[in-house]
Amino acid sequence: MTGPNPERSAAAPAPRTAASRNSADRLARLLNLVPYLLARPGIEIAQAAADLGVTDRQLREDLELLWVCGLPGYGPGDLIDMAFDGDRVTITYDAGIDRPLRLTPDEALALVVALRMLAETPGMDNRDAVERALAKIEHAAGDLAGAPVAVRMPGDGDRVEALRGAVQRRRALRITYYTPVRDESTERTVDPMRVLMVDGRAYLEAWCRRAEAVRLFRVDRIDALTELGEPAAPPPEARPHDVSGGVFRPDPSLPLVTLRIGRGARWITEYYPCESVEPGVASADGSPAGEQWLVSLRVTDLAWARRFVLGLGPEVTVVAPAELAERVRDSAAAALDAYGAYPAPAVTTH
Amino acid sequence: MPNAGRVPARVRAALADTASVWYVSRTRTERLVNLVICLLSTRRFLTAAQIAATVPGYEHDPEDPRDHEAFQRKFERDKAELRELGVPLETGTASVFDTEPGYRIAHREYALPEIPLEPDEAAAVGIAARLWRHAGLSAAATSGLAKLRAAGIDVDPDATLGMEPVVTVDPAFGPLTAAARDRRTVSFDYRVPDHDAATSRRLQPWGVVCWRGRWYVVGHDLDRDATRCFRLSRIVGAVRVTGQPGGYSPPAGVDLISHVAHFSGPVERSGRATVLVRPGRAAGLRRWARECRTGPDGDRLVLPYADPESLAGKLVGYGPDVRVLDPPEVREAVIQQLKEIAARHDEVVTAGAPA
Repeated sequence: MTGPNPERSAAAPAPRTAASRNSADRLARLLNLVPYLLARPGIEIAQAAADLGVTDRQLREDLELLWVCGLPGYGPGDLIDMAFDGDRVTITYDAGIDRPLRLTPDEALALVVALRMLAETPGMDNRDAVERALAKIEHAAGDLAGAPVAVRMPGDGDRVEALRGAVQRRRALRITYYTPVRDESTERTVDPMRVLMVDGRAYLEAWCRRAEAVRLFRVDRIDALTELGEPAAPPPEARPHDVSGGVFRPDPSLPLVTLRIGRGARWITEYYPCESVEPGVASADGSPAGEQWLVSLRVTDLAWARRFVLGLGPEVTVVAPAELAERVRDSAAAALDAYGAYPAPAVTTH
Repeated sequence: MPNAGRVPARVRAALADTASVWYVSRTRTERLVNLVICLLSTRRFLTAAQIAATVPGYEHDPEDPRDHEAFQRKFERDKAELRELGVPLETGTASVFDTEPGYRIAHREYALPEIPLEPDEAAAVGIAARLWRHAGLSAAATSGLAKLRAAGIDVDPDATLGMEPVVTVDPAFGPLTAAARDRRTVSFDYRVPDHDAATSRRLQPWGVVCWRGRWYVVGHDLDRDATRCFRLSRIVGAVRVTGQPGGYSPPAGVDLISHVAHFSGPVERSGRATVLVRPGRAAGLRRWARECRTGPDGDRLVLPYADPESLAGKLVGYGPDVRVLDPPEVREAVIQQLKEIAARHDEVVTAGAPA
């Protein structure tokens, strides 16, 4: 006879405190510890502690606590028992906690979604193992496996696989790479370090012998690729980037550009990291107040910014620096000149 | 305490000179472990009174109202803690004659089922758990992995698949996946850059989708009475859960991805434009040109396009390095945009120039 939980008591659970959080974590750890040790008779305490992410001392304290817990009666035959042999421990009586607790909805979600991501990542090695693992975890999670999360990461799997292969074989690569900042394609020899997938885009992280620095190369901008016979040899000073905050983190020493943008160009605030976005500024050209936004962002150089602003069309006007406004105007005027069409009013500079 | 005799001398010594907070949490943990073991071992539902008489740590005088109330509070807290941990605490009565509710834990419901993972599969799970290290579900992934280890699975902590996905999620991810799982209606404020103000939306979420590295929620929009998807990064502030669990049913066999991918499917570029490019310039255009012929006045590229206006925008970016030869509609669009840009920036430069 089971039924909904008849919570009749007037007593409400106390609000969570750091101490109760601590005790909940410890309880979870203890309920796990018994089956963990049960599966590994005679394990060294130091190894178990490292595996479980606790100190030796914490683990010994946990064992001491478990040693006084057990079945009602709490006599010698009822309590959890263990045998110590030097620094090794074996559970000799588990008092019924022979299995770990099943996965919580959040744990099932975290593992299932992450495995789906791995399975969807283009060019992944051993996808078969990922898919087999996913099926087994989903089976174990039962009802919880229907995680309401779907993942799709389209990408050039063959290209990523070629790069991943070069990383695993530790071979240097010759690549043709398009750099939008300078609008040029260059040939470079690189020493691959790892392949990353950040925000749905694949990157090769490598030591660039030309730049003599670690660079992240966007895979869709690598136009040609040859694996060289020589080994990859990134110098000892080559350190991987921390990409946890995104791939492009604006450097405060880069030039700051301020633009006034119309409604149709507001999308740039979602695609480029902006230093500030000020909606609803008064406009210079008589369009309704609030239509225009004032946006500031860091740019790698003004030549790129000129192409960026021109490409955004008449929705965008440079507010600062003046040098960029001038470059944009001159560039547009020169282009019109080539068409035999002249801007009005005629351009004169001081 | 029935088990006092079992407390080793060194533990008692430690207890004596440690802060009382530690002492409280230690005995509380001990009480909870014993409660779990007790409820796992019983087939009959045990009432609170029976539990109090059995499990160490609940000793009290039921005749003393204050003492009894303190016990009830303690027991409620403990039940809440077990439930929060995911312990399936079953409630029921031992027989039809009983009015007092009782408790037990069914081992079948409690225990993680056997997961026969091969070493390469276990390594994949370990790598998967690491994906969250920079994002929301990191604690859940770690504790889930700890349970697999406790089930006897060895996870190689150094395994790699030659590829490192870095996952980030928006703050709305947790609340929306939970709401979709429990089928609860939510509301949130949503801001689209094209619109000036955020609008409040009410949604029955069916699921969350990661598409090309961005997160979306798909569901039935109660105000529009239609299927809608929302980008999580555009949700302003907190997601409010307004509905009861099980408040709706998503359509059977719904394909979440198709609702998101539908808006960003492949574009057919059937138009062809011919442009003249200065030698060595406009590398970005050369990359997707279908043809490139070198002539005395520059290189002629043939570019595929879908929409003349957006191609024009792309070409304008190259300024005087690129001149459109054909078709006239692209050429005119480029000239028109250049004129407007030149005029606007001429105003800025003239206004800012020293007199």
